[in-house]
Amino acid sequence: MKRLQLLSVGDLEGRVLEGLAVQLAHHFATPCQVLAATLDPQFAFHAERGQYHSSEILARVQQHVQDTTWRLLAVTGVDLYIPILTFVFGEAQMGGPCALISTHRLRQEFYGLPHDLDLLHTRMLKEAVHELGHTLELTHCDDYRCAMSGSHAVEWIDLKENSFCRCCANRVLEVVGRDPR
Amino acid sequence: MGKGKILIVDDELSVRDSLNKWFREEGYEVGTAENASEALSRLAEQSWDVSLVDIKMRGTDGIELQRRMHEIDPELITIIMTGYASVETAVAALKNGAYDYVTKPLDPDEIAHTVAKALSHRRTQEENVRLREVVAETAIPSDLVGQGAAMKRVFEAIETVAPTDVTVLINGESGTGKELVARAIHAASPRRFHPLVVLHCGALTETLLESELFGHEKGAFTGAQYRKKGKFEIAEGGTIFLDEIGDISLKTQTDLLRVLQEREIVRVGGNQSIHVDFRCIAATNKNLEALIDEGKFRPDLFYRLNVFRIELPPLRDRKEDIPLLVNHFAKKFSLQMNKRINRVAPQAMDLLQQYDWPGNVRELENSVERAMVVAQEPELREQDFILQSKSDAEPEGVTLEAIERAHILRVLEQCGWNQTRAAETLDIDRVTLHNKLKKYGWSRAALSEK
Repeated sequence: MKRLQLLSVGDLEGRVLEGLAVQLAHHFATPCQVLAATLDPQFAFHAERGQYHSSEILARVQQHVQDTTWRLLAVTGVDLYIPILTFVFGEAQMGGPCALISTHRLRQEFYGLPHDLDLLHTRMLKEAVHELGHTLELTHCDDYRCAMSGSHAVEWIDLKENSFCRCCANRVLEVVGRDPR
Repeated sequence: MGKGKILIVDDELSVRDSLNKWFREEGYEVGTAENASEALSRLAEQSWDVSLVDIKMRGTDGIELQRRMHEIDPELITIIMTGYASVETAVAALKNGAYDYVTKPLDPDEIAHTVAKALSHRRTQEENVRLREVVAETAIPSDLVGQGAAMKRVFEAIETVAPTDVTVLINGESGTGKELVARAIHAASPRRFHPLVVLHCGALTETLLESELFGHEKGAFTGAQYRKKGKFEIAEGGTIFLDEIGDISLKTQTDLLRVLQEREIVRVGGNQSIHVDFRCIAATNKNLEALIDEGKFRPDLFYRLNVFRIELPPLRDRKEDIPLLVNHFAKKFSLQMNKRINRVAPQAMDLLQQYDWPGNVRELENSVERAMVVAQEPELREQDFILQSKSDAEPEGVTLEAIERAHILRVLEQCGWNQTRAAETLDIDRVTLHNKLKKYGWSRAALSEK
């Protein structure tokens, strides 16, 4: 049986991936495994912007896809961008196996607020479900509570839930039906 | 159905790719172009809701491109992307019709909001146009009046055919109300919330008619400065009413037949087939069967149009409806002109019922309107109406003077030889009328004898 796999991109504090793996395994009803390998994002660093090119990292993540991979979610602590936008929370291959999320702007410290680990984990799960949703061919949803609603600021992430609305969930079932784990 | 269609124009591949992917995830349909000529080609291929245009590109810049894009599609919403925010850039972009401008790199929340707002603006504009059409077209025509057997048959026919989608051919003399019948069918049909597009075929030259019916691409012919939708496209979902169908050329008949069969049009100067959904109602005052015999009308088009036929009787064949029509128009014009005229004198009604009305209901309506102008409250009288008798239509004299003489005499008779009222009716001053009377040898004595 294929698995949902998690890959660390650069250093991540504590055991955040292990905690996320448990939640995602429950969420997608599939085994979830944290890969031993890690990916150094330095090659994607843009000195002038002080950020990391998200699409370049995502392309490199692809190299870690194995026969046993159902979906591969990369998690990084660095600040991500794509050339035209000031930043992105994450990026995914639409209908493909790989997705990437950053914890950089999910942290309260980024906004000058006290550290809040629980809130970070809550936001990470929502972003992980959102980007994995894109790998399952979902586009942004108009229901603001759905995990697939577009979130271009952290407040929007806090507003939504970590699960799909009925409409998106049905579409996931269709895709999973075509592409069994 | 996607959220909307966005065309991204930027000469940097990374920008096009990034925005393409990002907007697709947002649920938009996205197209890209790397320069002005490619953008204009994409725009010619299909319509887009919003274009995101980089201000600084090699060759034609974003401001000039935006101007040229609006020539092709005036409804396109353009958002200019600029590398640096400056008042001059913003003013130049907005002056040239840009909806808004954004600064690179774009803030995700800002660009998402700007595009959503632009789309909402476009949808509101479209909705506004649609609602105006609905309000105008759903109003049931109230001038279709009649209680006689002939009109009852017409009303029954309208009621029968309206809910269906079949093509209708309306036959009737000029002024019998063919367009009113078409409007009544549309208003009672399931297509009533979509447009009713009226085209008077006889008023247009062959080339113009083709362009009106099928639309044209920019540059299709001299003067085609903009892409223009044809009547069939405008009538999407609704009804197209082709009046004076007997007057169109054989070439246009062939094109029209193809549209009725295929439900597809190609704009003049274009090469793309566009599917169109419409109901066709045609009308004519000519005998199409006779035109077929003369080789002037295609029989296959006739059979395509003549699925359901409604014959409108001339007014002379339904004189019993004249009082109803006169009272209807009198009420309508008294309200419009703010006059307290609420009845028609019996002698006047007799006069109107005796007349043959060669111009049918339209002539009757015009006569009542004209009478209402000169009438004095509270009623329309016989002398308020000027009806063209057969002898008037063929005056014995053909000189201007003979016609003038006959006309003045007729008006004087209708005004009971009241010179002030006659001068008012003739729209000349009293002294001029007096001089005319003198010229024609009509003395006071002669007048008093009259």
